[in-house]
Amino acid sequence: MRWRTATLTGVREETPSARTLVFDVPDWPGHLAGQHVDVRLTADDGYTAQRSYSLAAATAFELTVERVPDGEVSPYLTEVIEPGDRVEIRGPVGGWFVWRPENKSPVLLVGGGSGIVPLMAMIRARRQAGSRAPFRLLYSLRDPLRRYYADELRQPDPGLDVAYLYTRAAPEGWARPPGRILLDDLAEGGWPADFEPDCYVCGPTGFVEAAADLLLALGHAPGRIRTERFGPT
Amino acid sequence: MGIVSRGFRGRRREQDDRLPPGQYLVDDFPVLSAGPTPRVPLDRWEFAIDTEAEVTHRWSWPELMALAQTTPTVDLHCVTKWSKLDTSWQGVSLDTLFEDVETAAEYALVYSYGGYTTNLPLEDLLDGKAWIVHRYDGEELEPRHGGPARLLVPHLYLWKSAKWVRGIRLLDEDWPGFWETAGYHNYGDPWREQRYQGD
Ligand SMILES: Cc1cc2nc3c(=O)[nH]c(=O)nc-3n(C[C@H](O)[C@H](O)[C@H](O)COP(=O)(O)OP(=O)(O)OC[C@H]3O[C@@H](n4cnc5c(N)ncnc54)[C@H](O)[C@@H]3O)c2cc1C
Repeated sequence: MRWRTATLTGVREETPSARTLVFDVPDWPGHLAGQHVDVRLTADDGYTAQRSYSLAAATAFELTVERVPDGEVSPYLTEVIEPGDRVEIRGPVGGWFVWRPENKSPVLLVGGGSGIVPLMAMIRARRQAGSRAPFRLLYSLRDPLRRYYADELRQPDPGLDVAYLYTRAAPEGWARPPGRILLDDLAEGGWPADFEPDCYVCGPTGFVEAAADLLLALGHAPGRIRTERFGPT
Repeated sequence: MGIVSRGFRGRRREQDDRLPPGQYLVDDFPVLSAGPTPRVPLDRWEFAIDTEAEVTHRWSWPELMALAQTTPTVDLHCVTKWSKLDTSWQGVSLDTLFEDVETAAEYALVYSYGGYTTNLPLEDLLDGKAWIVHRYDGEELEPRHGGPARLLVPHLYLWKSAKWVRGIRLLDEDWPGFWETAGYHNYGDPWREQRYQGD
């Protein structure tokens, strides 16, 4: 798979610590919702660093990056890079954690923090394809300020249900007390196991482990639970 | 040299000649797998080697524990870019498990509890290059890192070190496994940066 040059054309602030980067990539072959790319940064003395980032949009080349304090690559992508700057990318990568518009089964998306990114690509691909596959999104995040794609997720999208699970601070009057994802969250906000939904779970490792275990406990078949682990915390 | 990204300096904490190209060092132990973590009770656990002549060699958990144990210290390289140096394990060398196995097969398909598979040439499993390990860093191997037992074949990217290992099927022809059919490299040598098909 060859490296291509990607030129930053636009930036959207998502939260105080995350932003969406829109790149122009000549001859991008297209991708499936859920796939990721490798990004390579090269310093002027030849030093390089590579990391993986999920594709956030259905067709455009967009990444949403969360700044990891003391990180090597994410602070560059969230604070330094400006329109006109270039990085190298290759991909798309991954043929398992993907949703295809031909698939009519109910879908449960469970995202923690920046784990929402590939799930958002699935929501956008569904909308773009005019798919009527019923989707539910359970989005676990620290507090309301950390919400990615806030305006877009507020727009009505028939057949998509969105539930927010706040872990530290919820908006005033929110019925669910802040906390980590629990069995009840998945039992109430997900699909019954006998609907045989395809479940996609993405986020930090601990979150994915916990949510996937709860889905198993609710009777979902292991083969229907697809996971993507982004890293620590 | 690749295209320079303006203003990128890098942290360069990872200058180490034990680090393959494109990798960075971590101190923690990240987890990567395609689905939920299977839990395998020890009284139902077994490990098998199935030969191309359809002879099956099996080991129960107590039988595995009764074999000669070794304690390899190895570097791990994950295709998602992290590397972890000097990890210490305990387990049984595949040379020990293959002692009584008659085979002329060239390929191995490793399969796991939970349905995962990965393929590699049989020679990459022999001559002190691979182990079935069940302890990590002095402790029982946690399920999320592949416990009760996983394959450890550290000279290849870590997806070849199948977690929750259940057996090895010996084959005359190469049979691509889970990630190998999903676009990852068939062999996966980190030093040649064989991440994806065509690398
Ligand atoms: C398949 C895949 C897809 C990914 N998609 C995205 C995405 O869409 N958006 C996104 O923001 N990230 C994504 N990531 C994570 C991303 O690849 C980097 O790991 C992350 O940006 C941190 O890199 P860094 O160089 O800034 O930090 P590093 O220099 O690698 O790490 C600095 C410190 O932060 C810790 N750390 C590393 N990663 C994380 C993390 N994810 N969370 C918390 N602490 C961490 C490290 O252990 C270390 O202590 C994805 C990862 C994978 C494997």
